[in-house]
Amino acid sequence: MDSWTFGWTLALIGMTGTMLVLWILSLLILLLKKIFPYQPEESAAKKG
Amino acid sequence: MILIGSLLLYLGIKKGYEPLLLVPIGFGAILVNIPLAEMMGKDGFLRFFYDTGVLTEVFPLLIFIGIGAMTDFQPLLENPKIILLGAAGQFGIFLTLLLALALGFEKLDAVAVAVIGACDGPTAIYVSSKFAPHMLGAVSVAAYSYMSLVPLIQPPIMRVLTTEKERQIVMGVAKRQPISKTTKIVFPIAVTIFASILAPKGAPLIGTVMLGNLLRESGCVDRLKSASENEITNMVTLLLGLCIGATMEADKFLKAQTLLVLALGFVAISLDTAVGILFGKVMCVLTGGKINPLIGAAGISAFPMSARVVQAEGQKYNKKSYLLMHAMSANAGGQIGSVIAAAVMLSVLQGMGIVGG
Repeated sequence: MDSWTFGWTLALIGMTGTMLVLWILSLLILLLKKIFPYQPEESAAKKG
Repeated sequence: MILIGSLLLYLGIKKGYEPLLLVPIGFGAILVNIPLAEMMGKDGFLRFFYDTGVLTEVFPLLIFIGIGAMTDFQPLLENPKIILLGAAGQFGIFLTLLLALALGFEKLDAVAVAVIGACDGPTAIYVSSKFAPHMLGAVSVAAYSYMSLVPLIQPPIMRVLTTEKERQIVMGVAKRQPISKTTKIVFPIAVTIFASILAPKGAPLIGTVMLGNLLRESGCVDRLKSASENEITNMVTLLLGLCIGATMEADKFLKAQTLLVLALGFVAISLDTAVGILFGKVMCVLTGGKINPLIGAAGISAFPMSARVVQAEGQKYNKKSYLLMHAMSANAGGQIGSVIAAAVMLSVLQGMGIVGG
Protein backbone atom coordinates (compact mmCIF):
# COMPACT_ATOMS: atom_id res chain seq x y z
CA MET A 1 0.00 0.00 0.00
CA ASP A 2 1.48 3.36 -0.99
CA SER A 3 1.83 6.20 1.51
CA TRP A 4 -1.07 8.28 0.18
CA THR A 5 -3.58 5.44 0.18
CA PHE A 6 -2.40 4.57 3.69
CA GLY A 7 -2.65 8.18 4.87
CA TRP A 8 -6.08 8.95 3.44
CA THR A 9 -7.52 5.61 4.57
CA LEU A 10 -6.24 6.05 8.13
CA ALA A 11 -7.28 9.70 8.25
CA LEU A 12 -10.81 9.18 6.94
CA ILE A 13 -11.56 6.04 8.95
CA GLY A 14 -9.82 7.55 11.97
CA MET A 15 -11.81 10.79 11.95
CA THR A 16 -15.11 9.06 11.23
CA GLY A 17 -14.38 6.33 13.76
CA THR A 18 -13.43 8.76 16.53
CA MET A 19 -16.55 10.85 15.94
CA LEU A 20 -18.74 7.74 15.81
CA VAL A 21 -17.32 6.16 18.98
CA LEU A 22 -17.70 9.41 20.93
CA TRP A 23 -21.24 9.88 19.63
CA ILE A 24 -22.08 6.36 20.84
CA LEU A 25 -20.51 7.21 24.21
CA SER A 26 -22.70 10.33 24.44
CA LEU A 27 -25.76 8.12 23.85
CA LEU A 28 -24.44 5.71 26.46
CA ILE A 29 -24.20 8.55 28.99
CA LEU A 30 -27.80 9.58 28.25
CA LEU A 31 -28.88 5.96 28.69
CA LEU A 32 -27.02 5.63 32.01
CA LYS A 33 -28.64 8.83 33.27
CA LYS A 34 -32.06 7.42 32.32
CA ILE A 35 -31.45 4.03 33.95
CA PHE A 36 -29.85 5.46 37.10
CA PRO A 37 -31.51 8.85 37.62
CA TYR A 38 -30.37 11.06 40.45
CA GLN A 39 -32.45 10.50 43.57
CA PRO A 40 -32.84 13.51 45.87
CA GLU A 41 -32.30 11.14 48.83
CA GLU A 42 -28.66 10.82 47.75
CA SER A 43 -27.99 14.41 48.74
CA ALA A 44 -29.95 13.93 51.96
CA ALA A 45 -27.91 10.83 52.72
CA LYS A 46 -24.72 12.80 52.05
CA LYS A 47 -25.79 15.52 54.46
CA GLY A 48 -26.88 12.97 57.06
CA MET B 1 23.22 17.32 23.70
CA ILE B 2 24.36 18.18 27.21
CA LEU B 3 23.47 21.79 26.34
CA ILE B 4 20.04 20.73 25.08
CA GLY B 5 19.51 18.75 28.30
CA SER B 6 20.49 21.86 30.26
CA LEU B 7 18.06 23.93 28.17
CA LEU B 8 15.23 21.54 29.07
CA LEU B 9 16.19 21.86 32.74
CA TYR B 10 16.13 25.66 32.37
CA LEU B 11 12.68 25.57 30.72
CA GLY B 12 11.33 23.29 33.43
CA ILE B 13 12.91 24.93 36.49
CA LYS B 14 13.07 28.60 35.54
CA LYS B 15 10.16 28.95 33.10
CA GLY B 16 7.87 26.37 34.70
CA TYR B 17 7.09 24.55 31.43
CA GLU B 18 5.86 21.08 32.53
CA PRO B 19 8.68 20.79 35.12
CA LEU B 20 7.53 17.36 36.31
CA LEU B 21 8.51 15.95 32.92
CA LEU B 22 11.10 18.34 31.53
CA VAL B 23 13.37 18.14 34.61
CA PRO B 24 13.84 14.34 34.50
CA ILE B 25 13.95 14.40 30.67
CA GLY B 26 16.64 17.08 30.69
CA PHE B 27 18.66 15.27 33.33
CA GLY B 28 18.30 11.96 31.49
CA ALA B 29 19.54 13.66 28.30
CA ILE B 30 22.61 14.88 30.17
CA LEU B 31 23.28 11.49 31.78
CA VAL B 32 23.03 9.53 28.54
CA ASN B 33 25.45 11.83 26.73
CA ILE B 34 28.26 11.67 29.27
CA PRO B 35 31.15 10.08 27.38
CA LEU B 36 32.09 6.52 28.43
CA ALA B 37 29.36 6.35 31.11
CA GLU B 38 27.28 4.05 28.87
CA MET B 39 24.04 4.67 30.73
CA MET B 40 22.11 3.10 27.85
CA GLY B 41 24.67 0.37 27.30
CA LYS B 42 23.79 -3.30 27.74
CA ASP B 43 24.08 -3.13 31.53
CA GLY B 44 23.42 0.61 31.92
CA PHE B 45 20.99 1.61 34.64
CA LEU B 46 18.85 3.70 32.28
CA ARG B 47 18.70 0.76 29.85
CA PHE B 48 17.11 -1.36 32.59
CA PHE B 49 14.27 1.12 33.17
CA TYR B 50 13.85 1.74 29.42
CA ASP B 51 13.53 -1.97 28.62
CA THR B 52 11.28 -2.65 31.59
CA GLY B 53 8.94 0.31 31.38
CA VAL B 54 9.04 1.90 27.95
CA LEU B 55 9.59 -1.00 25.57
CA THR B 56 6.84 -2.91 27.36
CA GLU B 57 4.58 0.24 27.27
CA VAL B 58 3.93 -0.22 31.00
CA PHE B 59 4.99 3.28 32.14
CA PRO B 60 2.49 5.31 30.07
CA LEU B 61 -0.27 2.87 31.01
CA LEU B 62 0.48 3.28 34.74
CA ILE B 63 0.31 7.04 34.26
CA PHE B 64 -3.09 6.61 32.61
CA ILE B 65 -4.40 4.98 35.80
CA GLY B 66 -3.29 8.10 37.68
CA ILE B 67 -4.91 10.39 35.10
CA GLY B 68 -8.17 8.47 35.41
CA ALA B 69 -8.01 8.76 39.19
CA MET B 70 -7.48 12.53 38.94
CA THR B 71 -10.18 13.22 36.32
CA ASP B 72 -13.69 14.24 37.23
CA PHE B 73 -16.00 13.40 34.33
CA GLN B 74 -18.99 15.09 36.00
CA PRO B 75 -19.04 18.09 33.55
CA LEU B 76 -19.15 15.62 30.66
CA LEU B 77 -21.87 13.50 32.27
CA GLU B 78 -23.93 16.67 32.75
CA ASN B 79 -23.63 17.71 29.13
CA PRO B 80 -22.85 14.64 26.97
CA LYS B 81 -23.46 16.21 23.55
CA ILE B 82 -20.38 18.38 24.10
CA ILE B 83 -18.28 15.19 23.87
CA LEU B 84 -18.43 15.63 20.07
CA LEU B 85 -16.18 18.68 20.43
CA GLY B 86 -13.68 16.28 21.97
CA ALA B 87 -13.79 14.28 18.74
CA ALA B 88 -13.35 17.32 16.49
CA GLY B 89 -10.42 18.37 18.67
CA GLN B 90 -8.55 15.25 17.59
CA PHE B 91 -8.81 15.82 13.83
CA GLY B 92 -5.46 17.60 13.87
CA ILE B 93 -3.88 14.19 14.49
CA PHE B 94 -5.15 12.82 11.21
CA LEU B 95 -4.49 15.97 9.19
CA THR B 96 -0.93 16.08 10.52
CA LEU B 97 -0.51 12.44 9.53
CA LEU B 98 -1.15 13.42 5.90
CA LEU B 99 1.28 16.31 6.21
CA ALA B 100 4.00 14.09 7.70
CA LEU B 101 3.56 11.56 4.90
CA ALA B 102 3.80 14.39 2.34
CA LEU B 103 7.08 15.44 3.95
CA GLY B 104 8.49 11.95 3.43
CA PHE B 105 8.12 10.34 6.86
CA GLU B 106 7.78 6.55 6.94
CA LYS B 107 4.23 5.35 7.66
CA LEU B 108 4.66 4.45 11.34
CA ASP B 109 6.96 7.42 11.98
CA ALA B 110 4.21 9.66 10.58
CA VAL B 111 1.71 8.05 12.97
CA ALA B 112 4.03 8.75 15.92
CA VAL B 113 4.48 12.40 14.89
CA ALA B 114 0.77 12.92 14.24
CA VAL B 115 -0.21 11.64 17.67
CA ILE B 116 1.48 14.69 19.25
CA GLY B 117 -1.83 16.27 18.20
CA ALA B 118 -3.58 14.19 20.86
CA CYS B 119 -2.16 16.88 23.16
CA ASP B 120 -1.81 14.08 25.63
CA GLY B 121 1.71 13.14 26.75
CA PRO B 122 1.12 9.52 27.81
CA THR B 123 -0.81 8.74 24.59
CA ALA B 124 2.00 10.21 22.48
CA ILE B 125 4.57 8.20 24.45
CA TYR B 126 2.51 4.99 24.22
CA VAL B 127 2.07 5.22 20.45
CA SER B 128 5.60 6.34 19.67
CA SER B 129 7.24 3.73 21.94
CA LYS B 130 5.12 1.12 20.16
CA PHE B 131 5.75 2.16 16.57
CA ALA B 132 8.73 4.51 16.43
CA PRO B 133 10.88 4.16 19.57
CA HIS B 134 13.75 5.96 17.82
CA MET B 135 11.59 9.11 17.80
CA LEU B 136 10.41 8.85 21.40
CA GLY B 137 12.61 11.71 22.65
CA ALA B 138 11.56 14.22 20.00
CA VAL B 139 7.86 13.25 20.14
CA SER B 140 7.71 13.43 23.95
CA VAL B 141 9.55 16.74 24.21
CA ALA B 142 7.27 18.21 21.51
CA ALA B 143 4.10 16.85 23.16
CA TYR B 144 4.89 18.17 26.64
CA SER B 145 6.36 21.49 25.47
CA TYR B 146 3.35 22.38 23.33
CA MET B 147 0.92 21.24 26.04
CA SER B 148 2.45 23.81 28.36
CA LEU B 149 2.28 26.42 25.60
CA VAL B 150 -1.47 25.98 25.01
CA PRO B 151 -2.22 29.40 26.60
CA LEU B 152 0.04 31.00 23.97
CA ILE B 153 -0.90 28.82 20.97
CA GLN B 154 -4.70 28.85 21.21
CA PRO B 155 -5.82 32.51 21.64
CA PRO B 156 -4.53 33.80 18.26
CA ILE B 157 -6.24 30.90 16.45
CA MET B 158 -9.48 31.61 18.34
CA ARG B 159 -9.37 35.24 17.25
CA VAL B 160 -8.67 34.44 13.60
CA LEU B 161 -11.44 31.85 13.27
CA THR B 162 -14.28 33.58 15.12
CA THR B 163 -16.05 36.89 14.71
CA GLU B 164 -16.32 39.33 17.61
CA LYS B 165 -20.07 38.67 17.70
CA GLU B 166 -19.48 34.92 18.10
CA ARG B 167 -16.93 35.46 20.85
CA GLN B 168 -19.49 37.53 22.75
CA ILE B 169 -22.17 34.82 22.81
CA VAL B 170 -23.31 34.28 26.39
CA MET B 171 -23.94 30.66 27.26
CA GLY B 172 -24.88 31.62 30.78
CA VAL B 173 -23.91 29.90 33.99
CA ALA B 174 -24.10 26.17 33.34
CA LYS B 175 -26.84 24.62 35.46
CA ARG B 176 -25.25 21.94 37.64
CA GLN B 177 -27.20 18.74 36.98
CA PRO B 178 -26.91 16.26 39.78
CA ILE B 179 -25.58 12.90 38.58
CA SER B 180 -26.31 9.76 40.54
CA LYS B 181 -23.42 7.93 42.16
CA THR B 182 -24.42 4.75 40.32
CA THR B 183 -24.07 6.53 36.96
CA LYS B 184 -20.60 7.75 37.93
CA ILE B 185 -19.57 4.21 38.91
CA VAL B 186 -21.09 2.45 35.89
CA PHE B 187 -19.71 5.06 33.42
CA PRO B 188 -16.04 3.91 33.46
CA ILE B 189 -17.07 0.24 33.32
CA ALA B 190 -19.47 0.79 30.41
CA VAL B 191 -16.99 2.98 28.49
CA THR B 192 -14.28 0.33 28.88
CA ILE B 193 -16.54 -2.41 27.54
CA PHE B 194 -18.12 -0.47 24.65
CA ALA B 195 -15.08 1.51 23.51
CA SER B 196 -12.78 -1.53 23.74
CA ILE B 197 -15.19 -3.61 21.68
CA LEU B 198 -15.34 -0.84 19.06
CA ALA B 199 -11.54 -0.24 19.05
CA PRO B 200 -9.96 -3.34 20.61
CA LYS B 201 -6.31 -2.36 20.06
CA GLY B 202 -6.90 0.64 22.28
CA ALA B 203 -8.23 -1.43 25.18
CA PRO B 204 -5.06 -0.93 27.29
CA LEU B 205 -5.36 2.86 26.94
CA ILE B 206 -9.09 3.04 27.58
CA GLY B 207 -9.01 0.36 30.27
CA THR B 208 -6.30 1.99 32.38
CA VAL B 209 -7.87 5.49 32.28
CA MET B 210 -11.24 4.07 33.22
CA LEU B 211 -9.78 1.82 35.94
CA GLY B 212 -8.30 4.93 37.54
CA ASN B 213 -11.66 6.70 37.26
CA LEU B 214 -13.47 3.72 38.79
CA LEU B 215 -11.08 3.81 41.77
CA ARG B 216 -12.03 7.48 42.18
CA GLU B 217 -15.77 7.11 41.85
CA SER B 218 -16.31 3.82 43.69
CA GLY B 219 -15.52 5.57 46.95
CA CYS B 220 -14.41 2.35 48.62
CA VAL B 221 -10.74 2.15 47.63
CA ASP B 222 -9.38 5.49 48.75
CA ARG B 223 -5.91 4.04 49.37
CA LEU B 224 -5.67 2.73 45.80
CA LYS B 225 -7.02 6.00 44.40
CA SER B 226 -4.54 7.97 46.45
CA ALA B 227 -1.64 5.69 45.46
CA SER B 228 -2.62 5.96 41.76
CA GLU B 229 -2.76 9.74 41.68
CA ASN B 230 0.25 10.27 43.92
CA GLU B 231 2.88 7.59 44.53
CA ILE B 232 2.46 5.57 41.33
CA THR B 233 2.10 8.58 39.04
CA ASN B 234 5.00 10.42 40.66
CA MET B 235 7.37 7.46 40.58
CA VAL B 236 6.50 6.50 37.02
CA THR B 237 6.71 10.13 35.84
CA LEU B 238 10.25 10.33 37.21
CA LEU B 239 11.38 7.07 35.60
CA LEU B 240 9.55 7.77 32.34
CA GLY B 241 11.12 11.22 32.11
CA LEU B 242 14.59 9.77 32.67
CA CYS B 243 13.96 7.09 30.04
CA ILE B 244 12.76 9.66 27.49
CA GLY B 245 15.88 11.70 28.17
CA ALA B 246 17.89 8.52 27.75
CA THR B 247 16.67 8.19 24.15
CA MET B 248 18.17 11.59 23.33
CA GLU B 249 21.64 10.41 22.39
CA ALA B 250 23.39 12.89 20.11
CA ASP B 251 23.51 10.61 17.04
CA LYS B 252 19.76 9.92 17.31
CA PHE B 253 18.47 13.36 18.31
CA LEU B 254 20.62 15.91 16.50
CA LYS B 255 19.01 15.45 13.09
CA ALA B 256 16.99 17.65 10.76
CA GLN B 257 14.11 15.23 11.30
CA THR B 258 13.88 16.30 14.97
CA LEU B 259 13.20 19.89 13.90
CA LEU B 260 10.51 18.62 11.53
CA VAL B 261 8.92 16.63 14.36
CA LEU B 262 8.85 19.74 16.55
CA ALA B 263 7.33 21.81 13.72
CA LEU B 264 4.71 19.18 12.91
CA GLY B 265 3.80 18.90 16.60
CA PHE B 266 3.03 22.62 16.62
CA VAL B 267 0.95 22.24 13.44
CA ALA B 268 -0.94 19.29 14.96
CA ILE B 269 -2.02 21.18 18.08
CA SER B 270 -2.91 24.26 16.03
CA LEU B 271 -5.04 22.14 13.69
CA ASP B 272 -6.79 20.48 16.66
CA THR B 273 -7.69 23.92 17.96
CA ALA B 274 -8.81 25.16 14.54
CA VAL B 275 -11.03 22.16 13.76
CA GLY B 276 -12.50 22.25 17.29
CA ILE B 277 -13.47 25.91 16.83
CA LEU B 278 -14.89 25.28 13.35
CA PHE B 279 -16.98 22.42 14.77
CA GLY B 280 -18.07 24.78 17.53
CA LYS B 281 -19.23 27.19 14.82
CA VAL B 282 -21.29 24.42 13.23
CA MET B 283 -22.87 23.63 16.62
CA CYS B 284 -23.50 27.36 17.08
CA VAL B 285 -25.45 27.49 13.82
CA LEU B 286 -27.34 24.24 14.53
CA THR B 287 -28.42 25.45 17.99
CA GLY B 288 -29.49 28.86 16.74
CA GLY B 289 -26.55 30.70 18.29
CA LYS B 290 -26.72 29.13 21.75
CA ILE B 291 -23.17 27.73 21.69
CA ASN B 292 -20.12 29.98 21.80
CA PRO B 293 -17.69 28.51 19.20
CA LEU B 294 -14.75 29.36 21.49
CA ILE B 295 -15.52 26.28 23.61
CA GLY B 296 -14.55 24.15 20.59
CA ALA B 297 -10.92 25.06 21.32
CA ALA B 298 -11.22 23.16 24.60
CA GLY B 299 -11.90 19.89 22.77
CA ILE B 300 -8.26 18.91 23.26
CA SER B 301 -6.76 16.85 26.05
CA ALA B 302 -4.87 19.60 27.90
CA PHE B 303 -7.11 19.54 30.97
CA PRO B 304 -8.06 21.95 32.50
CA MET B 305 -5.61 24.42 30.95
CA SER B 306 -7.49 24.70 27.69
CA ALA B 307 -10.84 25.30 29.41
CA ARG B 308 -9.25 28.13 31.39
CA VAL B 309 -7.89 29.68 28.19
CA VAL B 310 -11.41 29.62 26.69
CA GLN B 311 -12.89 31.21 29.82
CA ALA B 312 -10.26 33.98 29.80
CA GLU B 313 -10.73 34.65 26.09
CA GLY B 314 -14.54 34.76 26.40
CA GLN B 315 -14.35 37.20 29.31
CA LYS B 316 -12.15 39.54 27.27
CA TYR B 317 -15.01 40.13 24.85
CA ASN B 318 -17.98 39.90 27.19
CA LYS B 319 -17.70 40.27 30.94
CA LYS B 320 -21.07 38.52 31.34
CA SER B 321 -19.82 35.39 29.57
CA TYR B 322 -19.01 32.41 31.78
CA LEU B 323 -17.73 29.68 29.53
CA LEU B 324 -15.67 27.73 32.08
CA MET B 325 -18.10 24.90 32.90
CA HIS B 326 -19.07 24.43 29.24
CA ALA B 327 -15.41 24.44 28.25
CA MET B 328 -14.65 21.93 31.04
CA SER B 329 -17.23 19.57 29.49
CA ALA B 330 -15.50 19.92 26.10
CA ASN B 331 -12.10 19.50 27.77
CA ALA B 332 -13.19 16.29 29.54
CA GLY B 333 -14.51 15.14 26.14
CA GLY B 334 -11.09 15.93 24.69
CA GLN B 335 -9.45 13.73 27.31
CA ILE B 336 -11.60 10.77 26.33
CA GLY B 337 -11.36 11.82 22.67
CA SER B 338 -7.57 11.66 22.57
CA VAL B 339 -7.55 8.14 23.98
CA ILE B 340 -10.35 7.04 21.63
CA ALA B 341 -8.58 8.61 18.61
CA ALA B 342 -5.39 6.70 19.44
CA ALA B 343 -7.40 3.53 20.03
CA VAL B 344 -9.20 3.89 16.69
CA MET B 345 -5.89 4.59 14.97
CA LEU B 346 -4.26 1.48 16.46
CA SER B 347 -7.25 -0.68 15.51
CA VAL B 348 -7.29 0.64 11.93
CA LEU B 349 -3.54 0.00 11.64
CA GLN B 350 -4.13 -3.56 12.78
CA GLY B 351 -7.04 -3.90 10.36
CA MET B 352 -4.81 -2.67 7.52
CA GLY B 353 -2.19 -5.24 8.46
CA ILE B 354 0.41 -2.53 9.13
CA VAL B 355 0.91 -3.76 12.70
CA GLY B 356 0.48 -7.20 14.19
CA GLY B 357 -2.51 -8.38 16.20
